[in-house]
Amino acid sequence: MTNDPNKTGHNPVPEVGTKPSAKPAPKRFAMSFVAPVGAFIALAIVGQLLEASTNQYVQLVLLFMCANIIFATSLNLVNGFTGQFSIGHAGFMALGAYTSAYLSTAVVQNPSFFDFIWFAIAGGLVAAAAGYVVGLPSLRLRGDYLAIVTLGFGEIIRVILLNTPAIGGARGLFGIPRPKEVVLGDFVFTNFYMNYLLAIFWVILTLVVLWRMVHSVHGRKFLSVREDEIAAQSMGINTTQVKVRVFVISSFFAGIAGAVFAHAAQGLTPATFGFTKSVDAIIMVVLGGMGSLTGSVMAAAVVTLLPEFVLRPLTDITGIDLRMVLYSLALILFMILRPSGILGTRELPDLWRKNGK
Amino acid sequence: MFKKLLALPLALAVVASVGCTRKSDQAAGGGSASASGSSNEILVGEFGSFTGGEATFGISTSNGIKMAFEEANAKGGVKGKKLVLKSLDNQGKAEEAASAVTRLITQDHVTAILGEVASSRSLAAAPIAQQNKIPMITPSSTNPKVTEVGDYVFRVCFIDPFQGTVMAKFASENLKAKKVAILRDVKSDYSVGLADYFQKKFKELGGEIVIDTSFQSGDIDFKAQLTQIKATKPDAVYVPGYYTEVGLIARQARQLGIEVPLLGGDGWDSSKLYEIGGKAINGNYFSNHYTTESTDPAVSDFIKKYKEKYGETPDALAALGYDAAKVLIAAMERTADLKPEQIRDEIAKTKDFQVVTGKITIDDKRNAVKPAVIVKVDGNVNRFVTTIAP
Repeated sequence: MTNDPNKTGHNPVPEVGTKPSAKPAPKRFAMSFVAPVGAFIALAIVGQLLEASTNQYVQLVLLFMCANIIFATSLNLVNGFTGQFSIGHAGFMALGAYTSAYLSTAVVQNPSFFDFIWFAIAGGLVAAAAGYVVGLPSLRLRGDYLAIVTLGFGEIIRVILLNTPAIGGARGLFGIPRPKEVVLGDFVFTNFYMNYLLAIFWVILTLVVLWRMVHSVHGRKFLSVREDEIAAQSMGINTTQVKVRVFVISSFFAGIAGAVFAHAAQGLTPATFGFTKSVDAIIMVVLGGMGSLTGSVMAAAVVTLLPEFVLRPLTDITGIDLRMVLYSLALILFMILRPSGILGTRELPDLWRKNGK
Repeated sequence: MFKKLLALPLALAVVASVGCTRKSDQAAGGGSASASGSSNEILVGEFGSFTGGEATFGISTSNGIKMAFEEANAKGGVKGKKLVLKSLDNQGKAEEAASAVTRLITQDHVTAILGEVASSRSLAAAPIAQQNKIPMITPSSTNPKVTEVGDYVFRVCFIDPFQGTVMAKFASENLKAKKVAILRDVKSDYSVGLADYFQKKFKELGGEIVIDTSFQSGDIDFKAQLTQIKATKPDAVYVPGYYTEVGLIARQARQLGIEVPLLGGDGWDSSKLYEIGGKAINGNYFSNHYTTESTDPAVSDFIKKYKEKYGETPDALAALGYDAAKVLIAAMERTADLKPEQIRDEIAKTKDFQVVTGKITIDDKRNAVKPAVIVKVDGNVNRFVTTIAP
């Protein structure tokens, strides 16, 4: 159903595969704010529970998961929805991570909670600018060529970071702060919790922006480029422009993911953002389903949590460290049994609808 | 559809708010669980690179630690309690090191932490140990910044400045070198650190650095840099890298006709060095923590036992892993009741403690003060040349 851009391309109420809703527009508009805000409040409460019931290790992994969700969904925009193949996404993440980390350590002393938001935005903008510079020439290329250019770019970023003494070079940048704890009367919001709030804020914002984008007229353009570039061009779509836009937006959110990662890990080394990190993102996108945002969210959760909470305990029981072997095996099995990923091109609410109605 | 989207968070919110009332009891119960267990076991955590490019480092270190623990346990353990080692792999990644150490401390409740070889990974882990007030001893992270993290972080090896300085002294005084070329691995903080301090000391001693060029670990072709170096006609070439690249560099240097000795640091120390470098590696010098040629009974005893157990000659990392464990065990023995802060205090008091790599004294910056040895590579054997005291 998503494969047919021409049919629904000019639909003013762009919702994948649904009949135009009967609800009046203002109400829908209001609802679109209620859902994310509601999700934020709910997750904030869940955070309080996690805070009380889990240790720092679990909390750290959860923060990594948030970073991975943003990282994976942002790549899905390029690889899944627009059908381009970027394998240098870690480079953009690195830019965001280092920008935010540098601002919070060297530029601003004792940053406040809200400082962290603009640090992340700055990180995202730096990444987006880099995305524009890389995207403009390279997105005229197709398929394998684009893959090679992005791969090269990812490496260039890493090598630049490696050779910049101001951000620690090969030793890395350490002592990156987290948002400080907040004391309100009897309630103490720990620095994990503040960091968690920041992370879920970005996760929800990313999902809302990407969701609304891919379900808009612009999203239809992305899909048309994916399905048939020539047909898209003949419909009057400037495909290069569409691809560059997608790439810049995707880079921006990869930068945000980097910022979330940096303040969770509190230390960065260029080695973290090597080729394997880009591959991680591709794994999450493919595992979740190319062209499914909620699929990417699930896959990011699986990829982050599986090695830590399932395979580590397994190692404890068996005494042999087969973590990476089993992880790879799980991926292989999954791809054989479900080659289209967890959700394919569908989204979670689609499943709901099918069962509910 | 939005209605349904909304329903989910609301449902979660209800569930969460119900669960929320229990928060206070949980915090009270969970928060007070202290690090030192009451059973007759002492859990010590180790994190290292057991997979990935630097796997031999992690495995050697771990072998050394395990041996020290087994010996202590054979003698009845520490204060009648059995030492148990929990090792976690970090795949050579800094963020994995951070999560591994967080796990060891907050989930497994270890009493102390041992690790890592690479300074960047120790730096990722040290703040976590410091925050949770769990003593951490790194066997072989030589970067000065590691122990600067806080008063719970120690090391049993010397630091980069010392190794670079020692080699500069050796080049200038023993080799009588006047002109030295530097070929550093810019990707490694270790290599950069050694090169910087070598350069500083060598210039102080009246020498000249004729060229300072670089490569990256993972490179396999070094001919461009070596050709440049050859043109400057140096008396020696300082290559403070890791064994993989050094082996290749040695081969290519000899092929290009660079006959002057190559100098390096403890990153050369691996049985793989000769495997990769072949004959080209012979006759080159590097600074190290210990040498298997030493006649010291402590050393020969260690080598004998290690060979029996693992069937190979222990490298310096194995020796340092063993030493780190020994220092920790000795400190634990001296404590009253094995509280992490007591162990910290006792590690800090370590003085003239005889271990495999020499007599260790922990200074007020929590670094080990001890001599370095210079060895000459001769096939699979590292011939002892001289000892240079701090």
